[in-house]
Amino acid sequence: MTPSDTDSTIAQPGLTPGLPGLAEDWSSDQRTFKNVPWGKAMMWIFLLSDTFIFSCFLISYMTVRMSTTVPWPIPSEVFALSFGGEPIPLILIAIMTFILITSSGTMVLAVNYGYRMDRKKTAILLLITAALGASFVGMQAFEWTKLIHEGVRPWGNPMGAAQFGSTFFMITGFHGFHVSIGVLFLILVARKVWRGDYDTGKRGFFTSRKGSYEIVESMGLYWHFVDLVWVFIFAFFYLW
Amino acid sequence: MAHAQGQQHPLGVYFKVWALLFVLSSFSYMVDYYHVEGYLRWTLILIFMFLKAGFIIAIFMHIKWERLALSYAILGPPVLLLVFIGIMTYESDYTFLTRGIFFVTGS
Repeated sequence: MTPSDTDSTIAQPGLTPGLPGLAEDWSSDQRTFKNVPWGKAMMWIFLLSDTFIFSCFLISYMTVRMSTTVPWPIPSEVFALSFGGEPIPLILIAIMTFILITSSGTMVLAVNYGYRMDRKKTAILLLITAALGASFVGMQAFEWTKLIHEGVRPWGNPMGAAQFGSTFFMITGFHGFHVSIGVLFLILVARKVWRGDYDTGKRGFFTSRKGSYEIVESMGLYWHFVDLVWVFIFAFFYLW
Repeated sequence: MAHAQGQQHPLGVYFKVWALLFVLSSFSYMVDYYHVEGYLRWTLILIFMFLKAGFIIAIFMHIKWERLALSYAILGPPVLLLVFIGIMTYESDYTFLTRGIFFVTGS
């Protein structure tokens, strides 16, 4: 094996599947995560730590909601929006959810075309994903503005328990921040894909080996994670 | 040349899951729209949530096709959160009761 072969550890036919494989991988020397580029393994570990951050937020939300003696504001009414007629419950949140799912779909296609070395399609799909993400953040900004106008503050609100405001701004704010950073990096990666940096192996930050589009997959993992967190926020904060 | 290392799968499975996520999201929105209340509401919300999360992790994030060494390292630790949730449920019940006593009787 030449050094470059070892480096890119392509699917090794010698790997044991199933539980014996699990024991073998973890007891092997050099690397535990066979077939997984280090960048992707690191992204997974980052996402694992992020899982705990968001879990802490959601669990603290659960704690304050369960322990307050003041009635909790009804999310269905607080987040209702009227388009001239009767207010439709949670409509903006529903639209935001669908936008995020759509962006997850375009992202997964981008990863797929990346591995097919289809530079243009990958870049375009990444940009569509970024645009959808940006519109999500825009709607969230709109939602925040609406709530702030209605007098919702981190320390109190006219609808009920004071903790509603603090948990709302903290959880959705942190999630929105993740989406914003994601949009930024999607644009950066899209630019690099478009320029063909991953075909030529051009040096710089967020580069990879020549002809490898694994960065797009790591980016995809991050983006799907953001969508995943939204699934939980949607269920626990908006629907519960 | 294609990297065998990459997670490459036919597009069909992605489109199916994509559609499924839309359907599941509409279902969970329907739960709110039609004012389903009580335990049925919470059960439905949780079912749709876990299904969505499962499909995203398994298919979109490719965990289904990863080796167990990675999947278990990622999926195992969050199970501990159940303990955390348990502790905080207990704690918030206690806080609620003490608040009840002190806010009502004022002593």
